[in-house]
Amino acid sequence: METATPAVTATPASHAAYIQFFDGGLPPLHEQLGGKCASLVALTAAGMPVPPGFAITTAAYDAFIREAGIEKDIHEMLANLDPDDVTAVDRVSAQLRLEITSRPVPAELHATTIEAYEALQSRFESPVPVAVRSSATAEDLPDASFAGQQDTYLWLLGVKDVTEHIRACWASLYTSRAIIYRLKNKIPNEGLSMAVAVQKMVNARVAGVAITMDPTNGDRSKIVMEASYGLGELVVSGQVTPDNITVDKVMLMVVKHSIGDKHAELVPDPASKSLVEREVPADRRGRLCISDTEITAIAAIAKRAEKHFKCPQDIEWALDRDLPDGENLLLLQSRPETVFSSTASGSIPTQSAGFGIESITRSLMTQAGKA
Amino acid sequence: MTEKSFPSPYDQKPAASAEGWKDLYAYNLVFQENRREVEEAKFWFCDSQHWPTVTKPFETIGFEFAVSCLGQYNSRHLLIPPANGIEFRIHNGYVFMSPVGVPETEIAARVPEFMARAGHYFQNWDGLLEKWQGKIRGTIDELNALSFEALPNAVPLEDVTSGKGLGPNDELLGNFDKLVSLTYRAWQYHFEFLNLGYVAYLDFFSFCKEVFPGIPDQAVAKMVQGVDMELFRPDDELKKLAKLAVELGVDGHFGNTENPEETLAAIGAAAGGAEWLAAWTEAQDPWFNFTVGNGFYAHDKYWMDHLELPLGYIADYIVRVQNGVGIDRPVAELVAERDRITEEYSELLSPEQLAAFQGKLGLARQVYPYVENHNFYIEHWTMGVFWRKARQLSKMLSEAGFWPEANGMFYLRRDEVRETLFDYVTGWAVGAPAIGPDYWPAEVARRKVIVDALSEERPQPALNTPPVVITEPFTLMLWGITSDQIKNWLGDSDAPEGEFRGMAASSGVAEGPARVISSSDQLSEVQEGDILVAPVTAPSWGPIFGKIRATVTDIGGMMSHAAIVCREYGMPAVTGTGTASAQIRTGQWLRVDGNNGTVTIVEDHGAEQDVAGLAHEHDLALAPAAAAQLDAVLAESSHA
Repeated sequence: METATPAVTATPASHAAYIQFFDGGLPPLHEQLGGKCASLVALTAAGMPVPPGFAITTAAYDAFIREAGIEKDIHEMLANLDPDDVTAVDRVSAQLRLEITSRPVPAELHATTIEAYEALQSRFESPVPVAVRSSATAEDLPDASFAGQQDTYLWLLGVKDVTEHIRACWASLYTSRAIIYRLKNKIPNEGLSMAVAVQKMVNARVAGVAITMDPTNGDRSKIVMEASYGLGELVVSGQVTPDNITVDKVMLMVVKHSIGDKHAELVPDPASKSLVEREVPADRRGRLCISDTEITAIAAIAKRAEKHFKCPQDIEWALDRDLPDGENLLLLQSRPETVFSSTASGSIPTQSAGFGIESITRSLMTQAGKA
Repeated sequence: MTEKSFPSPYDQKPAASAEGWKDLYAYNLVFQENRREVEEAKFWFCDSQHWPTVTKPFETIGFEFAVSCLGQYNSRHLLIPPANGIEFRIHNGYVFMSPVGVPETEIAARVPEFMARAGHYFQNWDGLLEKWQGKIRGTIDELNALSFEALPNAVPLEDVTSGKGLGPNDELLGNFDKLVSLTYRAWQYHFEFLNLGYVAYLDFFSFCKEVFPGIPDQAVAKMVQGVDMELFRPDDELKKLAKLAVELGVDGHFGNTENPEETLAAIGAAAGGAEWLAAWTEAQDPWFNFTVGNGFYAHDKYWMDHLELPLGYIADYIVRVQNGVGIDRPVAELVAERDRITEEYSELLSPEQLAAFQGKLGLARQVYPYVENHNFYIEHWTMGVFWRKARQLSKMLSEAGFWPEANGMFYLRRDEVRETLFDYVTGWAVGAPAIGPDYWPAEVARRKVIVDALSEERPQPALNTPPVVITEPFTLMLWGITSDQIKNWLGDSDAPEGEFRGMAASSGVAEGPARVISSSDQLSEVQEGDILVAPVTAPSWGPIFGKIRATVTDIGGMMSHAAIVCREYGMPAVTGTGTASAQIRTGQWLRVDGNNGTVTIVEDHGAEQDVAGLAHEHDLALAPAAAAQLDAVLAESSHA
């Protein structure tokens, strides 16, 4: 505690630095919130149906590291580490992660976290399970665009479970893989930080992703979505073959679809009060898991996200079983689509330039297979 | 690929009482025995879009003139490089078509010719179209001037004293020839602009498909389509008259529109009635030259000749105006939607692409009104006059004893009518009875039996072996006959039982009870909230489109009448299903998905009892049992 700095002394105003509710009306500052939480704050501010929750900001992580007095240890242990010496890296990783998960969290931060958690729970009639996810500041972790997947803890009940997993997220900054990645890419450890999202769990009947372009050819007049039963984690991690649906972005009409096998679904198990992966029976596998109305709604929300962020988006969505039709579509994530973002035009390059009689003649010949 | 084929016309036996049906039609219209090898080498598709029912011998004039003139413009006027005309035959009473390609070696030489000829039209479109208006109106005026009166006992004295030197028989024979030749002329005018309209549309269409692969056909149609069309004027006139009737307080006099004279007299006697009658009379010329059919059948009813039809539609509209229901087409919304769609696609294009897109779209929009409006001038107006005159002639000859029924003439080929007229004229001239009254009554009766027998059977969708891919632009555009469509007809479709697939012609999803309509005479059966299922529809069915919730047809593409009208009315349509009207029964509950082109019979709906017919939302993604199970899991977990 002796290392506490004036910035985190226990004045009520400073609590905002540790916690930021998605709907708190504050700006989505990337360096305080990390990519995931910044996006959730921005989406909430844009009026998108984002499940409620809050961010434990990078300031909270910084305070923890400082007050735990391990900042110096970290730098020393990482200095001169050879990224190719896997044994050494593993040893350092294990030690650092132990430090992070075992040191006490500053009382002030702990109290603030509990307060936020309870404020979230107070919005519901009975306790709701939450998800805890890491929210990295872009380049700190490998697979930045999948950062959310690396450290996601689902269906947590009770404050103790939640605070433990917040620390698990912090610790994930020092997995062997993360350490090697930073060493190889010469990303300094100074200023390394992480935010964590605590968010009401969706009770997903169906979930998936959607990209506001056709990633196979860069055609920006399409939205391509994938959908499968249960929570979206199995889709994102590639453990199931989802339904794949291409929608025209302007007309919001299905252009083509293929029915995926969707052999398994991740669903809550009331008995164990946790998530279970169970087999999907054949009749539900053999048909699209979302209705036309739902497809249109998902496409519309993806289009809205793209319009808001002014560039192609890659979204995660879910249909919540607890909510009535028409209000059950939730947006869990939206991030810029990176693969095609350099493409200047949103359409496929063409040969058929011009118009008038020349191009009409060409079209006729092409249509008849004579060109 | 399967080697599946449609049957050969040479292997198909007609119904027992239709033996000898070929003799009803001219030799060049039927599959001749000694041409088997030639005819079997071609692929023929049934044009039930324009000729959904059996054509009587006289009625072949419609497809002979229409399809011949279409070909004339492709082959001889415009020299469209890859496409000549379309051959046509009649088989078991139904019309079959086979597009004629251009030999590979001749295509290149036609390109500069086509560019010079078509290019001239595109550059001078508005001026040439104005000339067209004059030509077609002139032709209609000439047709209108024709009459077919019984010949008088004696030549009028003044014709003798004036030294005219000709009898009224001369004019009678001449009028028949004029009736035929003026109609032929009108059909040439019909295609003067139409093929050009389609190729300009095709150019824009192909471009959109290239830059936005998989763009829905109806997105392209919606960008091009206009909203203020002469084709919609007749229906708009009825709406205006309905509103005027309410405004003037004469709306209480439309109780029995089946009797137009009484209804009109009652309106005339009421206060404000004179003003309404003036508006009613004003609207008739030309807008009541409108058929409930498609212009190709002698029995098609034209509003002008059956005032109970427009009066009945007005009565329906009046009820809706009284109930505060809007009857106008949502023109502002249609325009806003068209602009939105155009803008959103435009935003995705590079500057060069955008220039091409705008140029092509501009041309397509310029030519598009003709694609719609010609239908009013030819199919409705010209053909309305043609059939009225033909019925007059048939009735006159019937009264002269040639056949017992007023419309008996339509069982004769048109060249037989010419012979018969000469028989009539000769009998009059020589002062001895004509031969026809002893010949035609029995022959017409015999032919009627054959036509009725042919009508009992539905045609094959196509004949012989289809090509691997359909590339002929007109087959694709006008008839919507794609390779997938053919696969569908051959039963190779993977559509499950109780589901029909066709073209997603107008977007939206709707549910309701099916109303299967196979002829325009059944239109009065259509109830509020029905889903119209028909082999084909005509745009003149406009007034019922205000009642129905969706449309399903057997044949027709993106530019078919049903597709166009449904997009105008903003309701879902699935066209070109192949067999829906034969397999769906009136009263079955249907789900029509105009976004995906599917029609599903919803079993166990108890639709027959469902009179209210309110839209039912079915979540097809989740069977009720599965949903209940999930609900149970959920209930449990929330207790936990």
